Amino acid sequence: MPLVSIDNVDMRYGGPNGTLAVSGLDLHIDRGEFVAVVGPSGCGKSTLMKLTTGLHIPQSGTVIVAGQEVTKPVSIVGMAFQNPTMLPWRTTLENILLPLEIVERHRHRLRKHKREYVEKAEALLETVGLKGFGDKFPWQLSGGMQQRANLCRALIHEPELLMLDEPFGALDAFTREELWCVIRDLHASQDVTIVLVTHDLRESVFLADKVVVMSARPGRVVSEHVVPFERPRQLDILYQPAFNDMVQALHSEIATARAAA
Amino acid sequence: MTSPETVLATSTLPPPRDAYKINWIRLAPFLYTVGLFVAWEIGVRISGLPHTILPTPSRIFEAIVQYWSPIWKNSLQTLYTTVLGFLIAVVAGLGIGLFIGWSKTIYAGLYPIMIGFNAIPKVALVPILVIWFGIGTVPAVLTAFLISFFPIVVNVATGLATIEPETEDVLRALGAKKLDIMLKVGIPRSMPYFFGSLKVAITLAFVGSVVSETVASNNGLGNMMASAQSNFNVPLVFAGLLMLALEGIVMYALMAWLEKRMTGWAHRSTMSN
Repeated sequence: MPLVSIDNVDMRYGGPNGTLAVSGLDLHIDRGEFVAVVGPSGCGKSTLMKLTTGLHIPQSGTVIVAGQEVTKPVSIVGMAFQNPTMLPWRTTLENILLPLEIVERHRHRLRKHKREYVEKAEALLETVGLKGFGDKFPWQLSGGMQQRANLCRALIHEPELLMLDEPFGALDAFTREELWCVIRDLHASQDVTIVLVTHDLRESVFLADKVVVMSARPGRVVSEHVVPFERPRQLDILYQPAFNDMVQALHSEIATARAAA
Repeated sequence: MTSPETVLATSTLPPPRDAYKINWIRLAPFLYTVGLFVAWEIGVRISGLPHTILPTPSRIFEAIVQYWSPIWKNSLQTLYTTVLGFLIAVVAGLGIGLFIGWSKTIYAGLYPIMIGFNAIPKVALVPILVIWFGIGTVPAVLTAFLISFFPIVVNVATGLATIEPETEDVLRALGAKKLDIMLKVGIPRSMPYFFGSLKVAITLAFVGSVVSETVASNNGLGNMMASAQSNFNVPLVFAGLLMLALEGIVMYALMAWLEKRMTGWAHRSTMSN
């Protein structure tokens, strides 16, 4: 059974005559899979994220996550956005521990098992290359470092599903490629399903097992492409003809989807 | 004969000039204040204005020494009513601000009422307060409170209302309740706004208490200046103004220090990041 099943979902904002953001949306994501969602801007990618996490409840159709129909926020997800939204009055470590103060399963254990959780946070910091930065304040870190910390915060409560909404959009090309590798390694080492919403087609092909192309508004899934490249992938595949062919094919497909709008 | 080491040491040492350097920026507030009084003194002397219109600073200081006992007593009274009214405003302003910022509906409903209330000149309320509480300390405290709580409310509510939607989404997706979001994000976030508003509020509180003392009290600097004025004792009126300015500066500095102390993080970073 897939971890996430979205079946024939319609979502309209702002009352009966409001904008139809997605219509007839169908998407299935297996446990442990890495799915990238691409499409023209305004195609309802963010709506897809909010539907999956239970921040929005669809007007028709069903969203099932981990065997349960979504009717309220599901706490098995972690989220990270383009804006790292670190709280400036907390140190990086305290920022990362924030989800544990919220999630029901952890919040009552946090005080007693503080040391255990701090160790876990420090281990995560090390994985993303921020070892020893835990007691710095977020505004003492660069944009790329904040985004790394943001990933740690999304992962600290061991979510089964990680939702990333253009997490690397605001970063320079080198930092972005570095963070692709961080995400790749996280996915390989942890038992986590990842949904990545992105505008960057190279990013989607490099990271994902499956690339989902959405149409212009109202969004629906136009096609799904299995990425054939073997894991672990190195950055050199970015320059291989087969990789570029796939990126180009996706590009023309999205151009068609835009023109159809 | 000098050894090579000493030669080297003396030649590379910078001249110890820094120790005598005057920090003009630190000194500026005092110099400018003295300058103001000097210019005032000279201006009045040259123009030959009588003391009953504009006394010289030297005449005002003379009055301060001469009437020190009543000035001291009334200054303390004004400080007391102001600070008491201000403290009530802090508690009420924080409470109402959190209440208003809690939900968009409450915000929409109460905001126009607050604006309307704030538009009323508080001096117009003093007679009503006198009917209710009689003349003296109580109306002064209440006027100080009424005039100074508005900026606190607005600032706290603004801090709460401007939480980034992404932060809210991240927390709500984890199952956070409204109270969680307020405690973890909203309230800490609004603290720089709150402490910033205290500087405005304390100055307004002085306005409130002095207005009320002038109209309806037998105590305080407001009352002292009103009776000095009716006796044409203009130097004493100015002495009262000087004491008010002094109290205002001290309280403002205290609030500025408190702000820096409590929310240092906000001054070293941009809020949005």
